[in-house]
Amino acid sequence: MSLLVEMRGIEKRFPGVYALKAVNFDLVGGEVHALMGENGAGKSTLMKILSGVYQRDAGSVQVSGQNVTFDGPKAAQNAGVGIIHQELSLMNDLTVAQNVFIGREPRSFLGVIDEGLLNQRARDIFQRMNFNLDPTTETGHLTVAKQQMVEITKALSYQSKILIMDEPTAALNDAEIAELFVIIRRLKAEGVGIIYISHKMDEIKKIADRVTVMRDGEYIDTVDAAQTPLADIISMMVGREVKEETLEIPDLSESQQVLEVKGLNRGKAIRDVSFTLKKGEILGFAGLMGAGRTEVARAIFGADPIDAGEVWVNGKLCSIQSPNDAVAAGIGYLSEDRKHFGLALGMDVRANTAMATLSRFYNAFGVLDEGKMEAVAKGYIEQLGIRTPSDTQEVGLLSGGNQQKVVIAKWLLRDCDILIFDEPTRGIDVGAKAEIYKLLEALAQQGRAIIVISSELPEVMRLSHRIAVMCQGKLTGILPGGAATTQEQIMALATQ
Amino acid sequence: MNTESQVKPVSLLSRLFDITAHQRLLAFASLVVLLVFFSIASPNFMQTSNMLAILQATSVNGVLAVAATLVIITGGIDLSVGTLMTFTAVIAGVLLTNLNMPLPVGLLGAILTGAFCGFCSGSFVAKMKIPPFIATLGMMLILKGLSLVFSGARPIYFSNTEGYDEISRGSLIGEVLPFLPIPNGVLILFIVAGVASYVLSKTILGRYCFGIGSNEEAVRLSGVNTDRWKIAIYSVAGGICGIAGILMSSRLNSAQPALGLGYELEAIAAVVIGGTSLSGGRGSIIGTLIGALIMAVLTNGLRVLSVAQEWQTVVTGIIIILAVYADMIRRQKA
Repeated sequence: MSLLVEMRGIEKRFPGVYALKAVNFDLVGGEVHALMGENGAGKSTLMKILSGVYQRDAGSVQVSGQNVTFDGPKAAQNAGVGIIHQELSLMNDLTVAQNVFIGREPRSFLGVIDEGLLNQRARDIFQRMNFNLDPTTETGHLTVAKQQMVEITKALSYQSKILIMDEPTAALNDAEIAELFVIIRRLKAEGVGIIYISHKMDEIKKIADRVTVMRDGEYIDTVDAAQTPLADIISMMVGREVKEETLEIPDLSESQQVLEVKGLNRGKAIRDVSFTLKKGEILGFAGLMGAGRTEVARAIFGADPIDAGEVWVNGKLCSIQSPNDAVAAGIGYLSEDRKHFGLALGMDVRANTAMATLSRFYNAFGVLDEGKMEAVAKGYIEQLGIRTPSDTQEVGLLSGGNQQKVVIAKWLLRDCDILIFDEPTRGIDVGAKAEIYKLLEALAQQGRAIIVISSELPEVMRLSHRIAVMCQGKLTGILPGGAATTQEQIMALATQ
Repeated sequence: MNTESQVKPVSLLSRLFDITAHQRLLAFASLVVLLVFFSIASPNFMQTSNMLAILQATSVNGVLAVAATLVIITGGIDLSVGTLMTFTAVIAGVLLTNLNMPLPVGLLGAILTGAFCGFCSGSFVAKMKIPPFIATLGMMLILKGLSLVFSGARPIYFSNTEGYDEISRGSLIGEVLPFLPIPNGVLILFIVAGVASYVLSKTILGRYCFGIGSNEEAVRLSGVNTDRWKIAIYSVAGGICGIAGILMSSRLNSAQPALGLGYELEAIAAVVIGGTSLSGGRGSIIGTLIGALIMAVLTNGLRVLSVAQEWQTVVTGIIIILAVYADMIRRQKA
């Protein structure tokens, strides 16, 4: 087998940090090579070097046996290295074919774009790959899974032999993931080498041939995916054993009911949802993408208007028109999208921690008490184990797990009785995930009522005392947590 | 996201040179370079009288630019600052000359009118969800028209108000320290800038100002009534425009209803040169002050060198593009 990619002794320094130290990586045609490691391990940096975004400081890169130094993404693309970013970079208002051939449109007389030929070329690739796509559809109308197919088509249209996929399944549901895997196998059969970055351990077993693990910018090892137990891969990633904690469901029969939602309705997104939540309870929300879980959370929180429904907090009917009202009623919402809805990334840890409680820190003239804010922020940095050089560090520079902790600190400071966590561990690595789980459990033990929305079934089952399942805007059932419920039972309710 | 956004150690040096501070340094260095250049090019430039003229010329634009800075940090833009300045001057004229009111009523009237107009712009933006560019463009035209209506399209002279021109042209500092005849207009600029700078960095209004500019939705989802704070920020900016209106009319000892259009662009230019990001979340009053000074030094210096007025405008335009370009290059490197 010929080597498609051979990277040897790659080094990369950023001001003040060693991002990569003597990293080796290779890729054979027709294999799926998983690249694993916690956030900050250096996976993305390595791939950015391979795809020409960054320049290496030392080491060698060979592509198809040739020594190469890419001075930009275009050079890498021309050499057959395609990358499909986690956040897709498509132009939503252009058609599928226009997206695929952007910058390389076939021209006819006088430089007019030949749309017919453009569409035909796209169609050829769709047929070869067996994609069910229409080249003339506007890309913005497609599902995330279909958009990903457009990205793959784009990479293939460059005759890419090397395809880098950065967390391709992050936004896909199970059916779509299965479909993606079919595509990946077809690509393998054509001799394409695939570098697969993912945090989802179960996928590695399903799709990868080899696994390379990185940690703290260093190469750890490359192992055979089929023969290596997951636990070994995890411990290579985190550098220690991670024990899977089991769920203990507390007896909440005496516990007071803090939240009751009755007949919540909002267009087609939320249809007649009712449920209750007790003090100290963790209620999980499971369901496929678009089942309406986030919509329910946003409606309760007053972030979106509702058509009908009542929200009772501590036995009192609350009229929640805005997040402002919800917070006043003691409800906190931690969005699935921290960067857009949870944090002001350009501001520091201190300001973000105090964002929901600034009114506690100013005097009659509106002047903020920085000393008090600093003390509080430092307290939470300590309590939650937020890894940051100081409380004046810009939040945008922290890792995903630490950013999530800052959001949690913000709501803890606000003393919310009810906390809604929407995808609390999205984009967070294995080690930090366990920490977040422990934190949620500790919060419940302290008497807070918690709702956890998660697309990862193991996560819902790991945390929830009860599991609410949604499908197409409806609450299709509430199952007991723990060993009493199987994944199959949840999936049955989620796909009614 | 699995970007490599691991905790990066921050050295004291890099803290010192963080983004806004760095841009301020760049702007300050440009100012020094300009000063040195013009003093070598013309012996008349570094005269005390000329320096005072530059400061005096900065005062109105500087105050307007402070107002614009507040709005721009929230990620908005205020195109109405120029005509709002004129409108408040006309209101002061109507109150003092046409209605013969006492001086404090005129001054307060101008500032409150400014704040009220800012309140309107802020409400259009926050409550009616009209993009700031459009909302304040509309406001700019409304106020331009109203200035002409209220004044009867004629200048209003402050003939009934003894010493109105002293507000800007007199020198309180000069009375105490005769060797330092800094005009009141400049003193007022520095007071306004100092207070605004303090408000931005130390108060809840300032914190929300940066928060909204950095990520409005995140602030809203923190349970903050962002609409109300936005309106408050536009209102404060409007009130500051009222102060600019007083300064302007005092300097001319009259309210000129046809003036004002174009001032908003000069103010925005000063803000941009000073390193405040038009996309919001980043910026400083000190930067804006330096930006306003750069523009005044440029205009004055070119005039001293007898460069034609038309070319002065061309050079100012080039400076704006260069300033922002330098900022872009530095940001890409960072």
